[in-house]
Amino acid sequence: MSTPYVFRPTTSPQEAANWSPRQILATDLRAVRGRAYPRVTGMFREKSWVFFEILLPFLATSAFVFVYRALQAPPEYIGFVVLGGAMTAFWLNVIWMMAQQLWWEKSQGNLELYFAAPMNIMSVLFGMAVGGFVMSSTRAVTVLLIATTLYGVSFAIDQWFLLIAVFGLTLVALYGLGMVLASLFLMWGREAWHLTQLLIEPVYFVSGMSFPVGRLGVVGSLAISILPLAVGLDAMRQLAFADAAYPLGTPGPQVEALILVAMTAFFLLAARWTLRVLENRARREGRLSVRWQ
Amino acid sequence: MPNTTQPQPLAIDVRGIRRVYNVKPKPVVALDGVDLEVEPGEFFGLLGPNGAGKTTLIKILTTLLLPSAGTARIFGFDVERQTKQIRRIMNMVAGGEQSGYGILTVREQLWMFSQFYGLPSKEGWQRVDELVDAVGLDEQRLQRVSTLSTGQRQKMNFARGLLNDPWIFFLDEPTLGLDVSAARSVRELVLAWKAAVPGRTVLLTTHYMAEADELCDRIAIVDHGRILALGSPAELKRRVQRESVFRLELDKLDGGTGALRRLPGVLSAAAAAADQTSGEARQTVVVNLTLAEDAALGGVVGALGGLGSHIVALRKSEPSLEDVFVELVGRGFDEAETETDEPRSDATPGAGDPTHDSGEREEEEVGV
Repeated sequence: MSTPYVFRPTTSPQEAANWSPRQILATDLRAVRGRAYPRVTGMFREKSWVFFEILLPFLATSAFVFVYRALQAPPEYIGFVVLGGAMTAFWLNVIWMMAQQLWWEKSQGNLELYFAAPMNIMSVLFGMAVGGFVMSSTRAVTVLLIATTLYGVSFAIDQWFLLIAVFGLTLVALYGLGMVLASLFLMWGREAWHLTQLLIEPVYFVSGMSFPVGRLGVVGSLAISILPLAVGLDAMRQLAFADAAYPLGTPGPQVEALILVAMTAFFLLAARWTLRVLENRARREGRLSVRWQ
Repeated sequence: MPNTTQPQPLAIDVRGIRRVYNVKPKPVVALDGVDLEVEPGEFFGLLGPNGAGKTTLIKILTTLLLPSAGTARIFGFDVERQTKQIRRIMNMVAGGEQSGYGILTVREQLWMFSQFYGLPSKEGWQRVDELVDAVGLDEQRLQRVSTLSTGQRQKMNFARGLLNDPWIFFLDEPTLGLDVSAARSVRELVLAWKAAVPGRTVLLTTHYMAEADELCDRIAIVDHGRILALGSPAELKRRVQRESVFRLELDKLDGGTGALRRLPGVLSAAAAAADQTSGEARQTVVVNLTLAEDAALGGVVGALGGLGSHIVALRKSEPSLEDVFVELVGRGFDEAETETDEPRSDATPGAGDPTHDSGEREEEEVGV
C-alpha cells in the first residue's frame, strides 16, 4: 500500500538504483508511450489542424491535379500527385515536429528533465516519432481518401505486401532522418528554424512530391539515394500504379525497398550516435540541455 | 528503512570540484575547488547570490553537467560514469519551471512523466492521483497545465519530482516567485516527504535566508564558486556573534544612555525608537545595548535599579544568516547579486520573469 510520500519502499539507494534488464527495457518502452501521449492527445484537443493540415495541403494537391488535367497528362499522374500530397503530411511532421522538437524542448526546460530521467533518451525520440506518425497518418489518410474520391483516382496494385512494407520502411527511415535532424538542429540552435524553412521546398522538389522523381534525371537518382521520401514515394507509385509508364532508368520497387532498408538502418544508427554525441557535448559544454545556456 | 548493517556511503561526496565555462570574452569559473560532504538524511542548503555557483553544482550532481576537474558521488555513484544509477534514485525541481506541455491536463502531464520513470500505466495513474491530492491540486486535476497559476504550477512540479520516490531530491530555488502561502505549502510538502522515510536527503539552493534557516540542518554559504562557510544555521550565526546584543525597554532613563556606557563590560548603549504598540500608548525608553559578554548584563541590571529605572522588556538579539553573509562576503546579499558578472552560468533567468513566462506559455500550445 503506497502513500503519497512512500511509494515503492527500498532498503537503500543502492537497491533502488539496481535495475534488472527487464526493468530497463520496460522503462524505455513506457517512455516511448509517455512521449507519444501529448501528440496523440493534442490532435484531438486542437482541432485547427483539420484546416491547416488537411484543407490547405488538399488545395495544393488539387492545384496540380487541375494543371495535369489541363495538360491532358496520363490519368495516373493524378494518382501520383494525390499520393505525393498524402505523403507531404509525414514530411512536414518530420521537419517541424521532429527536427525542431529537441530545440523547443530545451527552451521549454523539458530537455534537462529528459536527460535527468532514467530512460534511454532515444525513447523520447521514438515517442515523438510514434506520436507524430499517428498524427500524420490521420492527415495523410484523410487527404488520400478525399482526393481519391473527388478526382476519381484508380489504383492498380499487384503487390500489396510490398506496398505496405515500402510504406512502413519509408516512414521508419523518414522518422529516423527526423531523429538525426533533431540532434543536429539542437546543436545549431536558432539557425535551425531558418534551416527548416530552407529545406521544405527543395525537398518537395527533389522528392518528386507532384511528379515521378525519375523525370529529374541525375538529380532524381541522387535524391533517391539520399532522401527516404524520394525513394519511398517513387517505389509506392510504381506499386500503386503498376500499369503506368515510368521514366527509363527508374530503379524497380524491389531495389528501392532495399535502399529503404539500408536507409532505415543508417538513420536509426546515426540517430543513436548523434544523440550520444549530443548528450556528451551537452554535459561537457553545459549549453545544450540546460535551458538558459 | 535504510540498511543499518552496512555503512551507507555519503549522500553527496564532492571533492575538489571545479567547473569552468568557456565563454567569450573570457572563461568563467563557476565552481572553484568545492569540497562537500552531505550525510544521508540531511536537509542541506546552498546559500548564495545569483552567480555564486549553486546551480552549477546542482547540475553536476544531477548528471547534467560534467565537472572540469574533481569528483562527485551521489550515494557512492560517480556523476560522470554512473549516470543511470543516479538518475534512478534522484529527482529535481527548479523554481519557475515551465516543463511539460500546456495542452495536457495536470493529471496527464504527471502521468507522462511517470512513464519516463518506468511506472506501469495503471500504477502511474494511481500514483499521480495520490500526489495530486497530496500537493493540494485535487481541484485542478483535470485543468490544462497552461491555465495554472505560478503557485499551482510549482506544486505540480513538486508532484512530478516525487513520482519516482527519490532518495535524493534536488531543489533549485524552489520557491522563487511564489507568494507567501504557496511558498509555505511547498516547504511543508518537502518536510513531510523527507520525514516519511529516514535517509531521504534534500539539497536545496536558495537565496532566501529565512527559508534556509527554517529548513536546513546544515548550510554552505557560497560565493564566486567557493564555499565560504559551512555549518548548522546556529553554528554559522555563532561565528559572527562575538558580542552580546540586547534590546532593553525601560520605563524611564534619567541621565540618558551615557550612564550605561560607563558601566564595565558595556561596549555601546544607544537609544532606539520604541516599538509601536497597539492599544494604550506607553512612555518607554528603548536602548540597544552591546556587551562584551552576557555576564556583563547583571551589572547593567543592578545599575538601572540604582538609577530608578525599571525594565519593561528585555530581548537578546540573534544575528541572522544575512549578518553571517555580510561578515563572510563583505557585502550585503542584494549588493552581491547586482555585482555578479557571471554570464547566466548559474542564475535561473526567466524563472519568475513574467515576460519570459508568457512567451513560453504561448509556445506550449504549439510544441507537443
